[in-house]
Amino acid sequence: MTTTTAQDQIRETVTANDVVLFMKGTKSMPQCGFSSRVAGVLNYMGVDFVDVNVLADAEIRQGIKDFSDWPTIPQLYVKGEFVGGCDIVTEMTLSGELDQLFEAKGIGYSKEAADKIREANA
Amino acid sequence: MAMEAQDIENLIRATFPKAKITITDLAGDGNHYAAEVIDESFRGMNRVQQQRAVYAALKGKMDGAQGELHALALTTKAPE
Repeated sequence: MTTTTAQDQIRETVTANDVVLFMKGTKSMPQCGFSSRVAGVLNYMGVDFVDVNVLADAEIRQGIKDFSDWPTIPQLYVKGEFVGGCDIVTEMTLSGELDQLFEAKGIGYSKEAADKIREANA
Repeated sequence: MAMEAQDIENLIRATFPKAKITITDLAGDGNHYAAEVIDESFRGMNRVQQQRAVYAALKGKMDGAQGELHALALTTKAPE
């Protein structure tokens, strides 16, 4: 499988699904602290998302870094757009920008859960 | 292969000569750092663009084939 098919596969995945998280491990079994944090936030906020385990496919693991010109994992995509890695998603969760993004893109999530995260980190 | 805090600062400084750079060693293993970069060039950029510029300054040291730097918690902003 050449990298071009990895790129196509990535493009298809991020356009066919509203929320996609490229991560190390899976949403129920994350295998890296950073991936676990982002998956945890999304799970806690009741966001329906597709998890792609980059550890299961070396082509995807490298391909996603080329696709977004971003060197690290995890990578969050909403409606085909790269949102950020663990730092940015964490900052956006705490600042409320993630709520705004979900609302703007019509993505279901629990505002109550998001507020709880912010209270816990205040 | 680990990296020293000073190596990281030098790499970032090469691209952001006037930036205020703070590197914190999170785990003492040369692999887990936090870096805060405050630079005028970030004004008007969104977070992804800011951090992409810092990752570019690190020239593939991040989780690269050699994976010298596994974890770098990045905070970037323009001066207040």
